[in-house]
Amino acid sequence: MRKNMVVVEGSYAVAHAVKVCRPNVISAYPITPQTHIVEDLAQFVADGEMNCEYINVESEFSAISALIGASATGARTYSSTTSQGLALMHEALFNASGMRLPIVMTVVNRALSAPINIWNDQQDSISQRDTGWIQLYAEDVQESADMTPQIYKLAEDEDVLLPAMSCMDGFILSHVYEPVILLEQSLTDEFLPAYDPEFVLDTKNPMSFGAFADPSTYTEFRYKQEKAMGVALEKIEKIANEFKDIYGRYYGGLIDGYVLDDAEIVIMAMGSIIGTVKDTIDELRTEGESVGLLKVRSFRPFPTEAIRKALKNAKVVITLDKNISIGKNEGALCTEVKACLHNTDNRVPVIGFMLGHGGRDIPINIIKKIINKAKLVEKGIFIESEFADLREDLA
Amino acid sequence: MSLLKPGHRGCAGCGDAFAGKFVLDALGEDVVIVSPTGCLEVFTTPYPESAWGVPWIHSLFENAAAVASGVEAAMNALGKKNNTKIVIIGGDGATFDIGLQAISGAFERGHDITYICVDNEAYMNTGIQRSGATPLYASTTTSPHGKVSIGNPQHKKNMPAIIAAHGSPYVATASIGYAPDMIKKVKKAAQVKGPTYVHVHAPCCTGWKFDSSKTIEVGRLAVETAMWPLYEMENGEVTNVRKIKNRKPVEEYLKVQGRFKHLFTMDGKNEGIKKVQAIADWNAKHFGLE
Amino acid sequence: MKLIIKTVTKPGSTRANKTGAWRSFMPVFDHKLCSKCGICGIYCPEGVVNKLENGYFEPDYEYCKGCGVCANECPKKAIVMVLEGK
Repeated sequence: MRKNMVVVEGSYAVAHAVKVCRPNVISAYPITPQTHIVEDLAQFVADGEMNCEYINVESEFSAISALIGASATGARTYSSTTSQGLALMHEALFNASGMRLPIVMTVVNRALSAPINIWNDQQDSISQRDTGWIQLYAEDVQESADMTPQIYKLAEDEDVLLPAMSCMDGFILSHVYEPVILLEQSLTDEFLPAYDPEFVLDTKNPMSFGAFADPSTYTEFRYKQEKAMGVALEKIEKIANEFKDIYGRYYGGLIDGYVLDDAEIVIMAMGSIIGTVKDTIDELRTEGESVGLLKVRSFRPFPTEAIRKALKNAKVVITLDKNISIGKNEGALCTEVKACLHNTDNRVPVIGFMLGHGGRDIPINIIKKIINKAKLVEKGIFIESEFADLREDLA
Repeated sequence: MSLLKPGHRGCAGCGDAFAGKFVLDALGEDVVIVSPTGCLEVFTTPYPESAWGVPWIHSLFENAAAVASGVEAAMNALGKKNNTKIVIIGGDGATFDIGLQAISGAFERGHDITYICVDNEAYMNTGIQRSGATPLYASTTTSPHGKVSIGNPQHKKNMPAIIAAHGSPYVATASIGYAPDMIKKVKKAAQVKGPTYVHVHAPCCTGWKFDSSKTIEVGRLAVETAMWPLYEMENGEVTNVRKIKNRKPVEEYLKVQGRFKHLFTMDGKNEGIKKVQAIADWNAKHFGLE
Repeated sequence: MKLIIKTVTKPGSTRANKTGAWRSFMPVFDHKLCSKCGICGIYCPEGVVNKLENGYFEPDYEYCKGCGVCANECPKKAIVMVLEGK
């Protein structure tokens, strides 16, 4: 353990990171496993360590709605939620993005009901894919914390101005105690400029937010959101490097590779499963297997070009999804990776595996089993996509 | 010149437009207006135009009270609040029905906001469907009268009482038919610290089916028949009531509106009108209007 | 094209939309009957019945939709609604 590290819960590390970003307004509604983040923030406010308004709302829907009002007034805003809470926000998520309000939210990923389940998968944030929010996925606690100022800087960039979700796996990251470096206030002040938007609700310069757009004007709102996502695509890498310069830590920009360059089998994944995959790869590499990892850090904007480039030497691509589009028998990463390769000469097989739903543990032997199945492609046996960790006694 | 500018797409004789104008007349420039979805929102802001001469925000149908909470919190956090009023102007659907939870939350938290409900007693923007504010026996497109229906079967929800039960320091009812009274109440609501509420009765010529020239007259008839009592509540107690001289029978209010026409033509009509009269009689007695 | 759409531009910009074209009946103000009480100005949903320098009132016909509320409310019956084009 390095000298300036402390052992804290993942939620505390994130709450602390939020604190040093100096938000003006926080609004949240408690839901497992997000609770520790908002409790820690409430304590910071109660102890006078944060100069901000903390609104205890009566639902997640009002949490995001209050931040829409606050952000339009010029405040830096924060919320955190998960699962049902994020689903309840759905309508307002479109609204925040359409109004170009750079609200930042930590999504502590959790499965959706029914059956009700409080444990981790990524169905919640994946289901909000098309709402116009930036979505970044963190691999471990330190990255979850470090992602916070990065995502503020990204969302608030004057050429981006889009709301953003920083996604961390519930319990696996939010409730784990790990040695981390808590973000320094001085470094964060250096890294993250104050939020000073051009358009705000101001009685001295009245403007109207959220007008009614008819067919003659609506399309360009969507077009400009898409263009802004394109700008975000470029800035994610740049901001990750600026973070590295100031704090000395780097997790990749849009994507990150792990023994990727010479790998014939490439595993693609997002979130905390990355750690397990890395351990599996380490074992397999000692046995001479040519396996590598392509970590996807940014799911929206989707790094099409970066992924195409990273997969150009792959013989087989495996996608791991903690989500499913029911009726397509695929997770979202699988669908997106296939789509991003389609209009290229790269005909590498992409095989989807869905696993870890509702918090089911993902041990190394499951990853090994997946790799062995993917290898069947070489023998001409192709699997399109399947559940990797079904219980035969229940299925 | 009004701060609600002309050129908006409200119907000729629109009650909501009157209400919006009177609210801004009462409050002046130092105000931020939050509008939920509804007629007033849609007809004042066809992009890239806006009729509002003050800062204005619309987010969604059901979240105006939460948005206003965020505006207030942000102004406090940024040191910009000073004397600025944060005022929601919402229709009855946004208030009685879909937005009630957010309103309850905002009033319970005690934000320094004023909520103005502009009540035209149905979902007019979508085509005159019933809401929780639609009065007994009114015919709407989703509570039509017919062979086995006498119109909307439910009584109008007592929204001011619900707000008062949250501990609001100031709750008032008003009518666009009594502009000086309404303006006075809106001013007072904005001046009183904490979450305050003004419930404005705003006849809709399109939805209630009367001639556009009668908007104000119909509003006055509602008051004169005790169908819409005007009162103020402070900290839960009724502290002021507008008395009615020579209370008129409810027929005078009902007969000028197409939405109640069936009450005068269908079998058993007297029973229907009697039940409406009973509502007015209860109002008169309960509030001591006479 | 700028990346950011201003959610709405200037306040009061609906003034570009001249709603006077909607009118079927036009209010005609008779100053001889007028008591300058100003009720017509209060009860105009467009806010376009303006007080003149001489204290009388006149609507801005560029915006007046011809709803007739001013005529209905005038206590002196000094406003009459006249069919457009007559």
